[in-house]
Amino acid sequence: MKQLLVFIKKEFAHVLRDRKTLLILFGMPVVQILIFGFALTNEVKNSKILIVDNAKDIVSQRLITQLEASRYFEIEKAAWNHDQIEEGFKAGTIKLAIVFPANFQNELLHQNSVQVQILADASDPNNATTLINYASSVIQDYQSQVNQTATVPYRIIPEMRMLYNPQLKGAHNFVPGVMALVLMLVCVMMTAVSIVKEKETGTMEILLVSPFKPILVILAKAVPYLLLSLINVVSILLLSVFLLDLPIHGSILLLFAESTLFIITCLTLGIFISVKTDSQQTAMLISLMGMLLPTILFSGFMFPIENMPLPLQIISNIVPSKWFYIIVKSIMIKGLGIAAIWKETLILVGITSFLLVISLKSFKIRLS
Amino acid sequence: MSETVIHAENLTKRFGDFVAANALTLEVYKGEIFGFLGANGAGKTTAMRMFCGLSIPTSGKATIAGYDVYRQTELIKKNIGYMSQKFSLYEDLTVLENIRFFGGIYGLSNAQLKSKSDELITQLGLQHEAKKLVSGLPLGWKQKLSFSVAVLHQPKIVFLDEPTGGVDPVTRRQFWDLIYDAADKGVTIFVTTHYMDEAEYCNRISIMVDGKIEALDSPGNLKKHFQVDSMHEVFYQLARGAKRGE
Repeated sequence: MKQLLVFIKKEFAHVLRDRKTLLILFGMPVVQILIFGFALTNEVKNSKILIVDNAKDIVSQRLITQLEASRYFEIEKAAWNHDQIEEGFKAGTIKLAIVFPANFQNELLHQNSVQVQILADASDPNNATTLINYASSVIQDYQSQVNQTATVPYRIIPEMRMLYNPQLKGAHNFVPGVMALVLMLVCVMMTAVSIVKEKETGTMEILLVSPFKPILVILAKAVPYLLLSLINVVSILLLSVFLLDLPIHGSILLLFAESTLFIITCLTLGIFISVKTDSQQTAMLISLMGMLLPTILFSGFMFPIENMPLPLQIISNIVPSKWFYIIVKSIMIKGLGIAAIWKETLILVGITSFLLVISLKSFKIRLS
Repeated sequence: MSETVIHAENLTKRFGDFVAANALTLEVYKGEIFGFLGANGAGKTTAMRMFCGLSIPTSGKATIAGYDVYRQTELIKKNIGYMSQKFSLYEDLTVLENIRFFGGIYGLSNAQLKSKSDELITQLGLQHEAKKLVSGLPLGWKQKLSFSVAVLHQPKIVFLDEPTGGVDPVTRRQFWDLIYDAADKGVTIFVTTHYMDEAEYCNRISIMVDGKIEALDSPGNLKKHFQVDSMHEVFYQLARGAKRGE
């Protein structure tokens, strides 16, 4: 046990002494969150919307006022015909259009239910979803205000249309993606490189000749990166909550438990790569090309998996980040508990155990 | 005749059809400096790996420091030191940290670590460098430090795999002083080298050709036997018959 502590201490010394790596290690999540975050938030605020009010009655006017009050929207101009909507979208001057039917108030009062049409430019699916969600929540707010005094509940049904990309393929949120990306990068690459480095410099030989058990070498290598990665998870979450106003809807404990699981998955991947390679460059290349690229491509974070051809969809199932991405999205954004994600969790556990067994086996083979 | 620390009988290692080490038989005694010579590819490394408990032999018998190479590799590892041909300390750690780390993984106590590292640093004259990174040391000093670290836990045998590669003659001579010191204290030295002048420093040497030990005696006796003046000639006569190369 004491030997293990000596070893872990040494590993920390390696990491903490290397300023450049340290900067990448802790700077990367911050930079990525900032880049992804501000590209997204700046656009959503003060988006120009076009309103076609065919009713011009009290209810529609009140709704428009409420929309105007929202800091997300800036009412461009009240147009009178549909052509202007299309022109606006094409010119890119508006992001959203809301159409009130004639007799809006009458229908609402007499039939207790009325439709309002919301059109969005879905060529940017992220923006479109966000804007539609904002708009419908404003409408829903208004509806509940009205219903407080009403005897029969009124319903204003937003009818949404995604123009140009009706199926709306795209990421809901990038934070889970960035988390998967950063953890992949830190855990896989750093572990792989640090173990291969020992092989390259010849210190691994000395360690193998010593009574220190090979499995402990691996354990001692993994511990520092596990801790550093957890710090990264904390910093990503802090940034997303306080800087991006993206609350964590689900259990933070569960989120950390799942992140730890995913970190362990990545660490075993790193160990696996290090067992199979002999130079730092190879290890780094394999980590980057073999791990990072699939994370970006197949996790569903940037490119919707449902749009891919079937073979690629099948391949995406063996990419651990895909499952982690689903898990984080479910916990953080949808606020779901373990009951909803036990299947994904189980898959991650399976992948991890599989990798662990294989890498320990091949590590032993190298010894004999 | 003093105590036997390495005992091998018909020790063989095969990789498929290839016999890397063929029926090695040798004995090395306590406190002896034993030179293990052979051209590249002769099977020295394979033999050494078996002696260090890193590789399980295919057949034959061997005990290292009294422990069996098949069943007691863990005990062997506790009782041997090893220094490889590559310089193998951590460059990004200080001299002191390296000593403490390697002492630590051999399970030395904190008190032992402290006294040992102080002793070692004084012996090597590295007082001013103790807190500096190893990467800044000249190669010769690194090799000496490497050797001292390998014998830090007082092993019965220390295996040196071409320890003086790329070092200038003066530093090599100093390095051998360290080896003699250790041997005087009863540590057995098992060393591979390509330098024939170093072979002359050994008490006894063996020469491996194509996986077999072709000669085993003191340098003086070998020269007499082959009727030549230098170890160089002995080595050349034996090794030129080799069929295996790199």
